[in-house]
Amino acid sequence: MTLGQGITHQVSNEEQRSSDFVPNLDRRHRTGRTWLILFQASTIVGIIALTALLVTIANGAFGYVAVENRVDPASLAVDGVPLRDLPKEELVRILQENVSNGLFRRLEHDQPFSERSRENVYELIMERVVEPRIVQQWTLLESIFQRTEIEAEAAQEYPNAELRFESWLDRRFIASPQSGDPVRAGARTAILGSLWTIAVAIAFAFPIGVGAAIYLEEYAGENLINRVIQVNINNLAGVPSIIYGILGLAILVRALEQLTSGAVFGYTDPTTANGRTVLSAGLTLGLLILPLIIINSQEAIKAVSNSLRQASFGLGATKWQTVWYHVLPSALPGILTGTILAISRAIGETAPLVVVGASTFITVDPSGPFAKFTTLPIQIYQWTARPQDVFRNIAAAAIIVLLVLLLSLNATAVVLRNRFSRGLG
Amino acid sequence: MTQETKFEDDHYAIEALNLRVYYGEFLAIRDVNLNIERHKITAIIGPSGCGKTTMLRSFNRMNELIPTARTEGQVLFEDVNIYDPDIDPVRVRRRIGMVFQKPNPFPKNIYENVAWGARINGYKGDMDQLVVESLQRAALWDEVKDKLRQSGLSLSGGQQQRLCIARTIAVEPDIILMDEPASALDPIATLKIEELMRQLARDYTIVVVTHNMQQAARVSDYTAFFMMGEEREGYLVEYGPTKGIFTNPKDQRTEDYITGRFG
Repeated sequence: MTLGQGITHQVSNEEQRSSDFVPNLDRRHRTGRTWLILFQASTIVGIIALTALLVTIANGAFGYVAVENRVDPASLAVDGVPLRDLPKEELVRILQENVSNGLFRRLEHDQPFSERSRENVYELIMERVVEPRIVQQWTLLESIFQRTEIEAEAAQEYPNAELRFESWLDRRFIASPQSGDPVRAGARTAILGSLWTIAVAIAFAFPIGVGAAIYLEEYAGENLINRVIQVNINNLAGVPSIIYGILGLAILVRALEQLTSGAVFGYTDPTTANGRTVLSAGLTLGLLILPLIIINSQEAIKAVSNSLRQASFGLGATKWQTVWYHVLPSALPGILTGTILAISRAIGETAPLVVVGASTFITVDPSGPFAKFTTLPIQIYQWTARPQDVFRNIAAAAIIVLLVLLLSLNATAVVLRNRFSRGLG
Repeated sequence: MTQETKFEDDHYAIEALNLRVYYGEFLAIRDVNLNIERHKITAIIGPSGCGKTTMLRSFNRMNELIPTARTEGQVLFEDVNIYDPDIDPVRVRRRIGMVFQKPNPFPKNIYENVAWGARINGYKGDMDQLVVESLQRAALWDEVKDKLRQSGLSLSGGQQQRLCIARTIAVEPDIILMDEPASALDPIATLKIEELMRQLARDYTIVVVTHNMQQAARVSDYTAFFMMGEEREGYLVEYGPTKGIFTNPKDQRTEDYITGRFG
């Protein structure tokens, strides 16, 4: 080989190298950009969907309404003092003048007027005399962007109506019980029902779930039976929730009616809830979230370092002491995270509760585990199915309540979790 | 048993007789006979995978934490076979403590780290005093006396390991097993641990597994050399006073190993 040949060889090598690397780099950058755009696009689609959801809810929960009164409150004013500021005696007199004698006697019979508060009498006047009625309502977007059109339309179509901006979500809505009149209906019954059922579900599923997880991770040996149990738990987490509803109906509501209605404890509900009680609903939701809690707790226990267990055993600790003093405290943040997920799941469940027999219309608060119940999702579903438009507005308000309830429960769990993990540091 | 033989037995802290340990079908150590001298430091050395740690852990039944482990033969501690079916492994571990390779303090404060073991063992005396004494004997007191309420995990690696030793001492065992206690530490921390081991040997019997032959030579009174057989099973090659093993080994394989010809 001559010198010249050697050089040629080297040059061709360089050319080959550059032709090897440069086009590759370009292609890879192109591929990289394509993927980047794809991932960004999916994120943006998600954000748009979420925004659309929130806008739709807010759209229904706030907006202008045209209210028509049967009797103009201004006409009830006495000596220029508006109705709202009148003393109680005047209000009672106005009520007596404007309703039938029969109704007035019935009200007196329900609770003597001498015992009623001024606010209560004022409410009665609004309900029985003034009778405000919402004749039309507009969405939030319309209220913001088409205010003049709304005003014109209201003035033309409902000359007697008062146009005002209504926030369907207010303190009255949260504090009032369910009612057939959408203006008066509130979410209190449903909020309390949701809280009761979640409390029962957690009280049932948390200790059992964590206990099962401890058994499966720390005590159960590697054998066929335990493997079958494990596979079944994993599969149960994916069973549709309506199936749990049917289970709850068959076992809790029907077969265990004596227990779930409180009969074995000598409790008889005057309104005869049978087995369709807070307890049945809570246990059904508890069964539903049990696999979730078990799986998440198992993962948390699995993640506890083995050297911690060895340190404990090495000091002469028993299995139980090791689990109780070291494994569980270290796993607790993870277990609580699993519980957060479980609560989020349970609080939004509707289908199993429909099957278990949630009441669609109750105005009394649940008084205990053996009471009839309704929950927020049930109530929302119920309201959206009503023919009157106004129920759609309070359904939107109830959705906001549900979201806030969910977020605050989650926040509590997150705070608890952080407290525990800091305690371990 | 005659008076003489009892006296003869008496200077052994713990004895392994024909000990075999299996993991499932795999024989990890084969037919080991090893007498550990009281109040001395015994080092177990040998190449990786020769069963040193298995040997150490069979002295306080820690192998049982591995579900497939199975032990044959005897380990005599105070004339009792600790593998007898009616012996409680929890009691064994209270008398025979263990320090692990990686420092593993509990995620609790320093005080609790030391006090916990004593408390679950039903210690009734003055806990504050026990914690102070244990930390002093572990040569850690001066470094932590102002921060007993801080997390044990906030200490350096060497301090953590001495905390683990303090925690073991607080239970007042007779024997301390150490599984490569300095292998995760820097040379200065290692030196401190070695000094500490010499001090502790006055009151305790110490068995230490080490990869580091210099460490075995520096710190131990007796040395046991393990090797792997053809089936990868560990067995004891030679056991005797450390000086003898390192200067005048009787077995050719021991000589090859300590002179660095293999391993």
